[in-house]
Amino acid sequence: MGRLSWQIGEVVATRPETVRTKSITLDLPGWMGHRAGQHVDVRLTAQDGYQAERSYSIASPPEEAPRVTLTVERIDDGEVSPYLTEDLLVGDKLELRGPVGGYFVWEAQMGGPLLLVAGGSGIVPLMAMLRHRAAAGSTVATRLLYSSRSLEDVIYRHELDHLLKSSTMLEVVQTLTRAHPPGWTGYARRIDTQLLREVAWPVEQRPQIFICGPTPFVETAAASLVELGHEPGRIKTERFGPTGET
Amino acid sequence: MEQKLDGNAAAGMLQAIFPFDMTLAQVTCAGCGTTTVIGATAAYMHGMGAIIRCPRCDNALIHIVHARGRYWLDMRSVRVLEIKEG
Repeated sequence: MGRLSWQIGEVVATRPETVRTKSITLDLPGWMGHRAGQHVDVRLTAQDGYQAERSYSIASPPEEAPRVTLTVERIDDGEVSPYLTEDLLVGDKLELRGPVGGYFVWEAQMGGPLLLVAGGSGIVPLMAMLRHRAAAGSTVATRLLYSSRSLEDVIYRHELDHLLKSSTMLEVVQTLTRAHPPGWTGYARRIDTQLLREVAWPVEQRPQIFICGPTPFVETAAASLVELGHEPGRIKTERFGPTGET
Repeated sequence: MEQKLDGNAAAGMLQAIFPFDMTLAQVTCAGCGTTTVIGATAAYMHGMGAIIRCPRCDNALIHIVHARGRYWLDMRSVRVLEIKEG
């Protein structure tokens, strides 16, 4: 690999995922390929030359290259995400560099069992792992624990339902922290040690653990898993800012 | 405003400088001697760059500033930076 430099992608599709999130698919002729879990830096330049950069996780699996999909959460007072989620249209160009990061990465040959813990839009890099798992035909035992505020805030809800039906050895456990519909059978509270004790693989199975979400969420989940006896070296974390925009 | 993230967030900037995957580079803290991969450090992002801190003792390992077409790296608290080729 060499130094990362900025490249231009063309928006070929956009898709609303929830009220606050949108997926943006880019065609990147110069893309060198990526691994599930990596991210890109996006740079916007204003007419006066002012530039703002933010990191966004890649949601699509490596198998879809040179097309790359990002899922972006709109932060109302953000400098970058309102433009990406509201103004960017198919045919527009976007400047980015990547893929970044070989630390928070899972590839099918790394095996499992796999424990994925997502808070809000922290699902995005973990979804790349699940999509890669499906595309590679992997049957690695995988559990996703996904915390959202409400059912309407669940990103990729229908695709997760579909993956669950079409995959073997995949389990999805959801918790809704603010509002849940009548008859909800999942968890209805924030992630804590007891919840992780019930959901995480037993320590003896030595799962590979990936946690992504807002900083307090990641720190709570990681500390609880260490408390349960999981090796810190098998727990990989990726934080995004309290505003959700990194 | 600074945001506490992790070394992954600063990796794009580091990889614009170094031609390697910097999330897997290892830093040894001159303060407490802990060795960590940069992906597992704490990083505080600000408008002009980032501060990478030791996850054990919170010592500031690397200050990166990017402005006016230059990068500045203050690495006074890094005893060793080990970078894996390829």
